[in-house]
Amino acid sequence: MNKRNDRFADIGPLMPQPDDDMIICRCEEVTKGEIRKAVHDGMFTLTEIRRYLRTGMGLCQGQTCSKLVKSIVAKELGLTPGDIEPAVSRAPMRPVEMKILGNDRKEV
Amino acid sequence: MNRFDLIIIGAGPAGLSAAISAAKNGLSVIVFDENSKPGGQLFKQIHKFFGSKEHKAKIRGFRIGEELLKEAEDLKVTVVLNAIVTGLYQDKEITVKIGEEICHYKGDAVIVATGATENMVPFEGWTLPGVIGAGASQTMMNLHHIKPGNRVLMLGTGNVGLVVSFQLLQAGCQVAALVDAAPKIGGYGVHAAKVARCGVPFYLSHTILKAEGEDRVRGVVIGEVDSSFQLIPGTEKHFSVDTICLAVGLSPMSQLLHMAGCKMQDTPLGYVPVIDENGETSIPGIYAAGDVSGIEEASSAMIEGRIAGTKAAQYLGFLTEERAKETTAELELALDRLRKGMFAPENRGKKIALTDEGIPVSESLLTNGYLDETDLDRFPGIAKGKGIHPVMECTQNIPCNPCQEACPRKCIKIGDTITSLPVIDKENICSGCGMCVASCSGQAIFLLNEDYEPGYASVTLPYEFLPIPLKGDTGSALDRSGKEVCQAEIIEVKTLKAFDHTTLLTMKIPLDMAMKARFYKSRGDSHE
Amino acid sequence: MRIEEHPILGKPEERKVISFIYDGTPLSGYEGEPIAMALEAAGIMIHRYTRKYHKPRGVFCAIGRCTDCVMVVDGIPNVRTCITPLKEGMVVQTQYGVSAQEEST
Repeated sequence: MNKRNDRFADIGPLMPQPDDDMIICRCEEVTKGEIRKAVHDGMFTLTEIRRYLRTGMGLCQGQTCSKLVKSIVAKELGLTPGDIEPAVSRAPMRPVEMKILGNDRKEV
Repeated sequence: MNRFDLIIIGAGPAGLSAAISAAKNGLSVIVFDENSKPGGQLFKQIHKFFGSKEHKAKIRGFRIGEELLKEAEDLKVTVVLNAIVTGLYQDKEITVKIGEEICHYKGDAVIVATGATENMVPFEGWTLPGVIGAGASQTMMNLHHIKPGNRVLMLGTGNVGLVVSFQLLQAGCQVAALVDAAPKIGGYGVHAAKVARCGVPFYLSHTILKAEGEDRVRGVVIGEVDSSFQLIPGTEKHFSVDTICLAVGLSPMSQLLHMAGCKMQDTPLGYVPVIDENGETSIPGIYAAGDVSGIEEASSAMIEGRIAGTKAAQYLGFLTEERAKETTAELELALDRLRKGMFAPENRGKKIALTDEGIPVSESLLTNGYLDETDLDRFPGIAKGKGIHPVMECTQNIPCNPCQEACPRKCIKIGDTITSLPVIDKENICSGCGMCVASCSGQAIFLLNEDYEPGYASVTLPYEFLPIPLKGDTGSALDRSGKEVCQAEIIEVKTLKAFDHTTLLTMKIPLDMAMKARFYKSRGDSHE
Repeated sequence: MRIEEHPILGKPEERKVISFIYDGTPLSGYEGEPIAMALEAAGIMIHRYTRKYHKPRGVFCAIGRCTDCVMVVDGIPNVRTCITPLKEGMVVQTQYGVSAQEEST
């Protein structure tokens, strides 16, 4: 759990930034501004933001963006990235087709 | 269910080393790797490694990879390739995608050696084709013989950024500049120096503002930042490049450990499992080795792998505690020897002002990538002498000592602490054989002869480019910054098998250029 | 842009030249090399256009992690071309969103 997950915490108003339209999650095309807005909407944990915006939910499963999202969220909350709990890691770690996921090898 | 004594995830330097030491102790071992070839990133490493003999110093990375593979093969270790481990669970069960199926394997012990993933940094235009990871360019050049671009800008001056920049030059690409937001170069000074002397400029305290282009990279704009990383207006600089390479660090690929339920922690070396004094994660029988347990070098990954393999053997009762301790104690010492000096893990991010010997470090090396002439006198490897003698422009405490071993006349002393600076032993007379020049992984040793001819000196330098100049060729001598300083004539070209593709060029230059000229440029070729 | 000779690695070993189809055009490459490398050698850098903003993407990590280089290969979308070996007669298509058809926007 984040070191700070107080829903009543005052993180100040959402101020626009010049690079808000920069893509952060390359797979799902989520921008920095959308992530910052999600924090102000009350999504303080990476797991919530992942469900809400689909950051890290695309083909690459967050290989590239998870660290970037983490630092944006931390900054928005006035924390350091180390204070933010990483999102849950789950199988499959790589994009695997559903038909393969469902195809367990029979005993040899 | 397929059962093995030990399951290893990742067939890179750590995983293979772990497999070798476990198999030697009689464990049944299976190694899974998602790639089509084993060896991890070793086969992309074409530079000579640092360290000492026990760390396979002065051997090029890909040859170390070949050695490891052969050793694993001889021990009949099973390496399953194209096998993606999709899940690791706390009962040491794994699911693996092999071909079109998901297979279940169960181990009595598991070693996770999944390595690292590259960090990336966003900027305007960073999704354009032509913006690539430094690792991608290594993969293209060194595995697939493809130039990643014609003109490249490198972001990041850690060892990856420096080494890959040099490799880009070797592959025939131009490197427009090396850029880093930090105020000083992060990697080894010797790696920076060999890029700088090819004429590549360094821009420290600079960041990428935008990649230009609609359909692909056509250019890049960088700008200077202040100490709080804010852009200083008016400092923008433009470069025409077709490729932007990102080398901004690595992160442990530790998701499998996280998934299994191992206790994790955020450290300066990355998000890594908590390891107890037995080298175990919080789950007994699950071990981590190599970059996944904290970003370091391949040399340390190999030792960590051997330690993990030994520990797993002890855990399963294949080794007595005593025997295991003996082996691991020795390996821990080898690891400690690598983890000393300015670049030791605990010094990461710190500014080191003095060498272990108490000598002020060269500021120019940290900001420009090369030693300033006024720096030279204070380092023990750099001295004038009669006749031919080595000049060792090795000014940082990095773990490396092949030069000491290479000299048949024992002219070079480093001592037992391999991070010490090399010292010239004036008792012994240099024969000019050049073994030290070729053995130096940092390409920082030159042979100098100020008595070559009246008014002329000779400089012998390591050269790893094509075409190799011929004896009698004339061209320009470049100084440490890559600036042409005088005419040079090639008077000797030495290629020996023992040099392993490092050619020794000896050039004749005016005597007053002896302490300036450090590189040779043929007429007509440009690196920068 | 292939490297004909390398100062450390020498000349690449002899490989079999094969042909494949890229967006309807016949191209050649080496058998077994990643599809992305054959495209790179032919100067092709755009592998796909993204679904939301229709922006071009190409090779980014080159080791199968980032999935930016995916294309439609033999009719199957989302194929990571940087780690998929090239085969004789392969049909490689630029991917628009998740299909080989350019969407009308």
